[in-house]
Amino acid sequence: MYLYPVWVRLWHLVNALLILVLIVTGVSMQYTDQKEYILVVGFARAVKWHNISAVFLTFNYIFFVMGNIFTKNGRFYKIRKENFLKDLGKQLRYYSLGMFKGEKHPFPVNPDQKFNPLQKLSYVLAMYVALPLIIISGFGLLFPEIVISGLFGISGIILTDILHITMGFFLSVFLVIHIYTCTLGARPSSLFRGIITGYHEPDDHIV
Amino acid sequence: MKFLHARILTVIYLCLSAPFAFALSWSGLPAKDTGSYVSPFYEDNERCFKCHGQGKYKYSNDQLGTEINALMCTERITKREEFYISNHRSFGCTDCHSTDYGTFPHPGELRMELKYNCLDCHGGDDKYSSFNFETIDSDYRESIHFRLEEDGFTCWKCHNPHTYKISIRDSKNLKETILYDNAICLNCHSDFSRFQLLSDRDEINLMETHEWLPDQTNHFRNVRCIECHTRINDSLLVSHMVLSKDKAVKLCNECHSQNSMLMSTLYKFQSKEQRQDGFFNGIILNQSYVIGANRNEYLNILSIVIFAFVILIICVHIYFRLSGKAK
Repeated sequence: MYLYPVWVRLWHLVNALLILVLIVTGVSMQYTDQKEYILVVGFARAVKWHNISAVFLTFNYIFFVMGNIFTKNGRFYKIRKENFLKDLGKQLRYYSLGMFKGEKHPFPVNPDQKFNPLQKLSYVLAMYVALPLIIISGFGLLFPEIVISGLFGISGIILTDILHITMGFFLSVFLVIHIYTCTLGARPSSLFRGIITGYHEPDDHIV
Repeated sequence: MKFLHARILTVIYLCLSAPFAFALSWSGLPAKDTGSYVSPFYEDNERCFKCHGQGKYKYSNDQLGTEINALMCTERITKREEFYISNHRSFGCTDCHSTDYGTFPHPGELRMELKYNCLDCHGGDDKYSSFNFETIDSDYRESIHFRLEEDGFTCWKCHNPHTYKISIRDSKNLKETILYDNAICLNCHSDFSRFQLLSDRDEINLMETHEWLPDQTNHFRNVRCIECHTRINDSLLVSHMVLSKDKAVKLCNECHSQNSMLMSTLYKFQSKEQRQDGFFNGIILNQSYVIGANRNEYLNILSIVIFAFVILIICVHIYFRLSGKAK
């Protein structure tokens, strides 16, 4: 089943690479010390590549939003109120119990339903809450003069940074869960192959 | 959906703000009221200030029988408002200068008057022992500036005896201290007419020589030149061992790290006076924010716990998947 158009795959690939660079360089800035550790690049290099990647990520994000506005792909991200919590519960139950009992997937993938309710919620939170917040706060840190001087007596730059690193952390956690859930396809490699070739391999255990 | 985003954003902001509001509520060091100071030598000093206190002065030419308005050389002007808030505000002019200056025109040989340096008054005096003048002197003798002493470099090149005030201990606003202290360096290093009095080097463009420094303006506003250009001396609040440019700090993580160098330099006095829990090097947060140095230890722990929990859940899930396949 052809599920991922070229522009989605292209956006996803660029997004994945940039997010990885941003996580490594972001962690480096946060944890670089007098000693340098594995996976922590030097501060100056980290700042440079973090800034460059962030600018590209912003353009890539605009591309994603535009794509969702001007193509039908946007419909997969629309959350409907009806049965939202109930469906979420069904999906959670499937992941924690049902799939081990051999039950069928409660929301099988089809051209009208690319994401299950849990995926949809996490993708909306990641793409429409965390990513805009991290981009806006990131630009605030890149141009500190545009940040409000303070809020409730706390420096605006500190709040901006805490918001930025908190969103960065949530996106890192999301990435780990996202990569793991992508092994829950027909075979552990099916969903990875799908986002590269565009074709989804159907299975009762598809996520 | 837009409303939902706005609410989530507000909740995140408030949730993140609240725990730190208390930790960040430090109000700063008390400033001394120097504006009301009245010098016991005020009347005597006025005899000098009436000419040297501003750009214009007036004198009588007895031969012509006229009053002459003249401009005072800028090097010879000391403003009253600056002198009376300086460290030496309690002094009379003739405590340091010859009483012969009382005559006008001043005798020509007074130009050769021997000037005191800091240690002439402050050296070996218990009253000033906390300032460690002797250590300052030994540091200075190892500094790059000492090499210029033959060409006329003295303590006064940085510490104008008429206007200098110690700022790092008294300042309520560290930004003002930074501005004040950097102005001392820039007085020569960005004014070629003064710089060439002591050096044969070509004019230096500080913006160009610091081009490598990311976010240059922010750095110049938030740290002093001496943070990077001096060697730290633990027994001194302000290091006086100015290094040659090739020995200046250039590694970002000297400051942007948990063991931030700034705690031994710019924030040394405040770190002894006030502590702020929750953040590493939290005292910096009262005035500024340094990426890498100001991690929040609670958020650090929380992030590790959440991350470990996620990994644990994934491991348990993998275990059940594998054992399910085994069946």
